[in-house]
Amino acid sequence: MIPNTTGERVDDALATTGEHSLSTTAERKAIVEAPGEAPTKDWVIVTRGLKREYDMGGEIVRALRGVDLVIRRNEYVAIMGPSGSGKSTLMNLIGCLDTPNEGEYWLNGTLVSQMSDDALARVRNKEIGFVFQTFNLLPRATALHNVELPLVYAGVSADERKRRAREALDRVQLSDRMDHRPNELSGGQRQRVAIARALVNNPSILLADEPTGNLDSQTSEEIMKVFAGLASQGQTVIMVTHEPDIAAHARRVVVLRDGLIASDDRRAAFAARMGL
Amino acid sequence: MPFFEAIRLALSQIRVQKLKSFFTLLGVVIGVMFLIAVVSIVEGMSRYVEEDFAAKIIGKNTFSFRRRPDINVGNVSDETWREYSRRPRIYEADVAIARGALPPGTVSAVENTTFAYANSQYGRPRQVQVIATEPDYFRIKSYNLTNGRLFSPQEAQLGTPVVVIGTEVASHFFRGLDPIGRELRIGGNTFTVIGLLEKQGNVFGFSLDRMVIGPYKSTLSRVTNPRGDIDALVVQAPTREMIGDAMESVREVMRGFRRLPPARPDNFALETSDAALSFFDELKGKLILFGTALPAIGLVVGAMVIMNIMLVAVAERTREIGIRKALGAKRRDILSQFLVESATLSVCGAAIGIGLGIALAKVVAAVSPLPASVAPWSIALALLVGAGVGIVAGMYPASRAARLDPITALRQE
Repeated sequence: MIPNTTGERVDDALATTGEHSLSTTAERKAIVEAPGEAPTKDWVIVTRGLKREYDMGGEIVRALRGVDLVIRRNEYVAIMGPSGSGKSTLMNLIGCLDTPNEGEYWLNGTLVSQMSDDALARVRNKEIGFVFQTFNLLPRATALHNVELPLVYAGVSADERKRRAREALDRVQLSDRMDHRPNELSGGQRQRVAIARALVNNPSILLADEPTGNLDSQTSEEIMKVFAGLASQGQTVIMVTHEPDIAAHARRVVVLRDGLIASDDRRAAFAARMGL
Repeated sequence: MPFFEAIRLALSQIRVQKLKSFFTLLGVVIGVMFLIAVVSIVEGMSRYVEEDFAAKIIGKNTFSFRRRPDINVGNVSDETWREYSRRPRIYEADVAIARGALPPGTVSAVENTTFAYANSQYGRPRQVQVIATEPDYFRIKSYNLTNGRLFSPQEAQLGTPVVVIGTEVASHFFRGLDPIGRELRIGGNTFTVIGLLEKQGNVFGFSLDRMVIGPYKSTLSRVTNPRGDIDALVVQAPTREMIGDAMESVREVMRGFRRLPPARPDNFALETSDAALSFFDELKGKLILFGTALPAIGLVVGAMVIMNIMLVAVAERTREIGIRKALGAKRRDILSQFLVESATLSVCGAAIGIGLGIALAKVVAAVSPLPASVAPWSIALALLVGAGVGIVAGMYPASRAARLDPITALRQE
């Protein structure tokens, strides 16, 4: 029994934070060491030796140099690292916006690392809910329409779209701001619209890229609460950030350095190491 | 993405940038406007020629047997003209032979016509078109009366000096009076007005209401043809198909009657409205060609402007494209979004152009003798052309948008 910073016993903390559902290092290792094998549905994200290189005017930049990342369903993981560590590259790969030069990426039991552009678009639409630092809402569309957008591309009928978009906005407590445009909303509200948009398709993972980067600390806390709430409801959340105190909201923290995973800890261990 | 969704999006895009959209569309608007105006005017002219000109001047399903063609289109050489002059005139004997050969069901009437001065006690002398003919002439030309009566077979037979007059003749010589029963003097003879024709309007500025029609056997023929010859025998067949047969019969008996050896060409003319109509068809083809070539240049310029604006739109909205792609838009979705947008833009321009074109055609019709008739097919065509221009112009910008890399697009400020 290791006492945590608040003096509570870890057992109690586990019970409330859901850390008991975290995968263990041994489990993860077993999956990584079976290349080419399709993981079971329980493992949402499995990457084996993921490499990504960029040609920057003749100079080869090796952004990822063999990343083995395994994330089980319902985990709340932060990916941390200083700039240049390759975390944006990893996020783009996890988000199916990009494909690796080498290595496997299994998303929800499907090998997506070699898919075509349009197949990836379909995967993004179905499996991934993006939350961006700059919110990335369509400026001229209302909150409701912004949330509807993924459903438009999923081919959902207009009535069904409206109904589900309303539901999603309800989940982030924005039902009363449905007909407002992004410029009529505060930063926190905008990010909540973005979260609603990310959730509307019931994605396998919620992928957030510096979700609090453009928000003040109070609003950041608010958004972190939304994430924690979603995680406790069973949503797999992956958050990319460079701020340790934001990363510490996740139950598991993966630290990248120079294109490799430097550490992969539970929150408590990470917090202890960072002195939070 | 559903089609209507894309159109709605495109319209909202246009609404946001009204002025820019308007200038973008100027080329297409002007192009389509002139296209519609030209087609309407040419179409109006040709309908006019086919319906009014052919029916009123020549008559429906009608041909005339005459010395030389009455309607000469294009250039008639001196040589031809001399040949016409050498032809024998047509007299009653020829007409009797020709009539004898007509198939049953045809209707015919001799027609002698000239321009002569008429006068009455109520109006100054004035030139009118004088026609001396037979009762069936009214049937052939579909001339109806608004007042009075036609001359009877007896009057025709006896040559009673009675006339049926056109509305302009009535209003000039009998201003404010009922012309029926009043006297009109033509060429020194007095005629009694017995009927008033309904208004015929004019063909290319030539009034059809300035005529006086009387029995062929009356003294009116002295005015028209002092020599005693006949200008034409007008024959109406019951159907269009029978015109040819009737003409061949007349040709055959006339060649026999005039003892023309096989090698000699006809020394008479059998004239239908086809000659005039084929000339107008040719003219119409040329007018449409030249009339649409110029607006087409406008459309090309319009397409280039739209392409330019769409390229700007793609550049401005790179981030939006990135967002859409991140949320699951496929290449095809982005491509169709921008194609629909440029097509919608262009169709809006075409719609404005159609409105202005119709207005322009109406203005031209009002201030000039050129008639105008808006053909429904030209509106459909203009809309199609508008959509086509938009799609062609949008192809390159849209494919550029569709090929954008989502990561780069999202990074765009």
